[in-house]
Amino acid sequence: MTPRLGEIWVYLAASPLLGLTLTLLAYQGACHLHRRCGGHPLANPVLLAVSALVALLWMTDTPYRTYFDGAQFVHFLLGPATVALAIPLYAQLARLKRMALPLLASLVIGSLTAALSAVAVASLLGASKATQLSLAPKSVTTPIAMGIAERIGGLPSLTAVLVITTGILGAVGARYIYRALKIEDDAVRGFALGIASHGIGTARAFQESEQMGAFAALAMGLNGIMTALLLPVVMPLVLG
Amino acid sequence: MIGAITLLLVFQLAGEVIARGFGLPIPGPVIGMALLFLGLAIRGGPSTDLRNTAQGLLQHLSLLFVPAGTGVMLHFQRMSDEWLPLLASLLVSTAVTIGVTAVVLRALIHRTRIPKDLP
Repeated sequence: MTPRLGEIWVYLAASPLLGLTLTLLAYQGACHLHRRCGGHPLANPVLLAVSALVALLWMTDTPYRTYFDGAQFVHFLLGPATVALAIPLYAQLARLKRMALPLLASLVIGSLTAALSAVAVASLLGASKATQLSLAPKSVTTPIAMGIAERIGGLPSLTAVLVITTGILGAVGARYIYRALKIEDDAVRGFALGIASHGIGTARAFQESEQMGAFAALAMGLNGIMTALLLPVVMPLVLG
Repeated sequence: MIGAITLLLVFQLAGEVIARGFGLPIPGPVIGMALLFLGLAIRGGPSTDLRNTAQGLLQHLSLLFVPAGTGVMLHFQRMSDEWLPLLASLLVSTAVTIGVTAVVLRALIHRTRIPKDLP
């Protein structure tokens, strides 16, 4: 490496510019590929962008921390974006009022199913207790899930990864489940996807329709609150 | 656009203050979302500026999960040790949750609709 290149590298490694630019480039590339595949759910933009970035960081031996120093500016926007979900939600106000009771009942059932089925399968296959507890809040949006994991004795950073993976699985797989079960109402499709796959499911739902996105956003918000209230009470009973 | 972004940040900040002030287990942005929803219900809908900004932000919601998702590289060790229970649990639970929630909600909506549809 010539001294000049070394100087450039020192600058790039210390500045957030590189991590930020790489995140946007990876996402643009992933979106392009997603479109090229005709919007196929397997070509999920989050999955593609994350795979590209992990491969790149791994090949260049760059620590995640260094990358995140730049990428945190994108990460920060999750906060205002969560607040902005109130707007599509408001557009569905009339329908929400009509469906209040069915939505509330499905919320409780969906929330418990998400946590208990994950713990049951992991426990049957012999996962450690810390892993089981990290799995319990996996259907909840990342910031809430990490808070819950900490409270019930899981590993918050492992939970973050499981949450993202769950989101991608739901975003990719939901359409096959809906086809098999003949679920056609966009409100139902969105709500169930939001319960199981939080923000990534919601992002996927918005690609299908505004209504599906709004119900996914509602489900994500409600499930975050419901799981935060339920798990600290339910988990000690289940795992003793 | 700046006005709309300011508004979103103000609501997030308010949510953050409430969450911490009362020691709630719910994150600030979710409380901010609830507050903004309430505000919209009282005001009777968002301004054009707010609606457009929200739409722009939410259209690329996927992008915002990329930095946290890349954190998967920190957990390769545990994940390779326990890959089977982890993978099976996530696959089964995600599918079951989507299926159960969708079927229950569909049945309940159907049930509450029937009396209204009767003459």
